[in-house]
Amino acid sequence: MFEAIAFYLFAFLTISMFFITVTTSQALYALSALAAGMIFISAFFFILGADFLGAIQIIVYTGAVMALYAFGMMFFDTTRELKEKQGNKYIIVGMSAIAAVLVVAIFSAPMLSTNMTAFYPSAQDIGNTQQVGMVLFTKYLIPFELAAVMLLVAMIAGIVLAGKKMDISLTMTSETDIVTMNNETNTKVLS
Amino acid sequence: MMEIGLNHYLVLSTILFAIGLVGVMRRKNLLLLFFATEILLNSVNIAFAAISHFYGDLTGQMFAFFVIAIAASEVAVGLGLLIVWHKRHGNIDLDNLATMKG
Repeated sequence: MFEAIAFYLFAFLTISMFFITVTTSQALYALSALAAGMIFISAFFFILGADFLGAIQIIVYTGAVMALYAFGMMFFDTTRELKEKQGNKYIIVGMSAIAAVLVVAIFSAPMLSTNMTAFYPSAQDIGNTQQVGMVLFTKYLIPFELAAVMLLVAMIAGIVLAGKKMDISLTMTSETDIVTMNNETNTKVLS
Repeated sequence: MMEIGLNHYLVLSTILFAIGLVGVMRRKNLLLLFFATEILLNSVNIAFAAISHFYGDLTGQMFAFFVIAIAASEVAVGLGLLIVWHKRHGNIDLDNLATMKG
């Protein structure tokens, strides 16, 4: 009963928030609506018993990703009115057809897999966070380490890309300009 | 109606995915295109968590964790590229990105 009420309430809130995100013409409204939608999505994870996933959703999305987007919006001119493109009719029709096929596949997937058995069945007597830790650090240790390496690569790429000297293109400038630039920096460092 | 099953969550995930697809198709500003991709990733996460719960299997939640990690690194690299593009060209419109010169 309460589960149904919570599900419908949060489904309505999430859909309306994401609808605002994709339809508004103000970037700040889109950002705020997206952050609210992320928090409402974590409610589904708490309803489904995935407590650790819900906490991670709030921390990562509304903590890290939204802060990054808010930080990035300071660089861009987002206050002006956004113009949306009038899309190609054939592309929209084709994408809608693909989406319809996807919906059919999603609804037929649970019917086809009625005899599905759990690969890593969850125990009943311990909490969700403990189960997640046990599975993550035994069965999924290598993907976990690879994800850590990928996050490190993304962090270094973000630092390098947003750093100084990236507003000039080295491939478009001539060879002599690069040499003079290097000489200038060398004299600056030496002096 | 009052019993929430797996299909309810899959329908919700499909609706959110459709909203994200509409956003990807109609957005011209690249920052708002990124917002739409976040919606796509989150709708898939809901489906993973629901299947994980209703089949008593933790693999769905594990996959959702990796999807979140990929989304975080995608935002970091994508925003860095957007900042570089904005420094060079002064705007982040998708139509100007179609010409691949420098």
